[in-house]
Amino acid sequence: MSELAITVLQFGLLLLLWILILSIIAAQGRDMMVSKRARTRANRSAAQTAPAPEQGGTPATVHHSGQTQRPRPKRLVISEGPLVGTEVELGSAPIMMGRAQECTVVLEDDYASGKHARLFPQGSRWFLEDLGSTNGTWLGDEQLTRASTVEPGDRIRIGKTVLELRT
Amino acid sequence: MATQAEAHSRPRRNIELVLLLLALTIGIGAQVLVGLTLEDTIDERYYFEGGAQAALALAFHVVLRIRAEYADPFILPIVVTLNGLGIAMIHRLDFTTRYEGVADRQLMWTGLSMAAAMLLLVLLRDHRKLRQLTYLSLAASVVLLFLPIVPGIGQDIQGAQVWISIGGMSFQPGELAKITLAIFFAGFLANNRDLILLAGKKIGPMTFPRLQDLGPLFLAWLIAMGVLIVQNDLGNALMFFGLFVAVIYVATSRISWIVIGGVFVAVGALLAYQFVWHARNRFDIWLNAFDQQMYDQDLGSHQLVQGLFGLAHGGLTGTGLGSGSPQIVALANSDMIIVAFGEELGFIGLSGMLVLYLILFSRYMRAGLGTRDHFGKLLAVGLAVVLVLQVFVVVGGITRVIPMSGLVSPFLAAGGSALLANWLIVAVVLLISHAARRPIVVGPMLNTTGAGASGTEDPLRGRDTGEQKPVDDGTQQFPAASSSERDGGEQQ
Repeated sequence: MSELAITVLQFGLLLLLWILILSIIAAQGRDMMVSKRARTRANRSAAQTAPAPEQGGTPATVHHSGQTQRPRPKRLVISEGPLVGTEVELGSAPIMMGRAQECTVVLEDDYASGKHARLFPQGSRWFLEDLGSTNGTWLGDEQLTRASTVEPGDRIRIGKTVLELRT
Repeated sequence: MATQAEAHSRPRRNIELVLLLLALTIGIGAQVLVGLTLEDTIDERYYFEGGAQAALALAFHVVLRIRAEYADPFILPIVVTLNGLGIAMIHRLDFTTRYEGVADRQLMWTGLSMAAAMLLLVLLRDHRKLRQLTYLSLAASVVLLFLPIVPGIGQDIQGAQVWISIGGMSFQPGELAKITLAIFFAGFLANNRDLILLAGKKIGPMTFPRLQDLGPLFLAWLIAMGVLIVQNDLGNALMFFGLFVAVIYVATSRISWIVIGGVFVAVGALLAYQFVWHARNRFDIWLNAFDQQMYDQDLGSHQLVQGLFGLAHGGLTGTGLGSGSPQIVALANSDMIIVAFGEELGFIGLSGMLVLYLILFSRYMRAGLGTRDHFGKLLAVGLAVVLVLQVFVVVGGITRVIPMSGLVSPFLAAGGSALLANWLIVAVVLLISHAARRPIVVGPMLNTTGAGASGTEDPLRGRDTGEQKPVDDGTQQFPAASSSERDGGEQQ
């Protein structure tokens, strides 16, 4: 093969190498941006098609009759404890909290149970329910005995961790 | 209905396939170019080698499609490119008088390593199972690291005692220790993070850990020093210690660990310089490389200086594959393969390869950022650090930024054990990235007990079918949901 052809091929190889690099970078797109959205990948659309909980006296409609529906709190923030500062974006899927690795919010807290408590949406509110934890779940100063509504700013205490809902 | 979720987590296997074809073109094209330049003909041997590489890469792609659909789509093409370029360069060096048949062995090891990685993908399925092996991996690491000094099977090559030889086959068990140590550090810190994080004394802006929490760090340092002194292996010692410091920093996000780690490294380096001849030799070569006496002496700076000349000879575009003389440098196809690339592909080619390493590192880190369990995060970060430290130590050594040490550039250099270890790391990271990018579909309503409890994630869910059925979950769990609804109502 002629020397010229080989030289052309050599440059072709270098060109291909950089084409690969550029196409990888182009294909990555915004993947390297770690947004809060990407952190909790709850399936938002799941709840939209689910039957809307309007029948009966759902707490949201009873409480806010005559008012326009407030937007549901969108964030769960850990305000005290080992994971302080952590934020979880809330979709419309229930959130499981505890030490077990499969929980939505994994608490690194020795005083938390494996599956400690659960937050679930209903209308425009979030409800908190204890799942039979060893040390209990506290909402403000009261220990939870049954599922209760959580307002933004209420202190949810699990072990040494305190969580709050924010809008 | 799942379209919205899929918008930000698609499998993206088709993109992987396209990039993979490009990667194979580069690897096999480089091989063909070597043949064209040095032999002037392309015989069936090239067809066979190219075909084998393509078949292996595509088989890996198919395994990913079946077993880890959401795994990172960029890792495999990058690794295949690097591996293919490595084989091409080793093949090119086989045409010189110094080396013979190394490329065939490298290709065989590539096949073996990729097969092992595929097997790991199929058998392991979920990286969280590795967490159960935390302490077993520590034991395995110690055994692997100290195997080379067992009389009978240990071998001393070039002053570093890192080889074992069984029945004519040599193997570097320390390479596998990279993986087991990363598993141990990740598992240990995922379990004990709290303790290390909460206790401590605050001095100024930094919080220092308690003395007893320094224990594991000290242990890691001892292992590194043991490796250094017993095996005369500077690079691995640095890598193991760097791995631990990086992982503990990521686990606790405390800058004090970096400071303490730096102090330990300084003390270690000082001790090594004082008492280990091998290490002092490397320091002297580094500082006085262009000294005539140093250049001429046995185990002197000859290799390093020739490497620098080689890089200079390559210039911007390189001499072209097969047209340079990279064989002048000792160990041109393993430790110094970066120099061979720098000479024949030039700055443009070599910098491209370094960028590939950078992207690969960022993909490893991305897998760690994405996954939600602490063990997976720490493991991915640890493995990323292993990769980046290897590249740094090798390229830094060759370009005289740091003293040279016996690490090899991942995927490029001739050496079966390193290749095997790096491919296994790829398999583990792919599994972690699959866990990270896989959409987690939870039903709209709740079922807290039993296997399908919502809010939790079944590790194997959606992997066999590849299809999620959130609607069905929702209707099945509706009775449970309405009861909690009532509970909420009474509370009012």
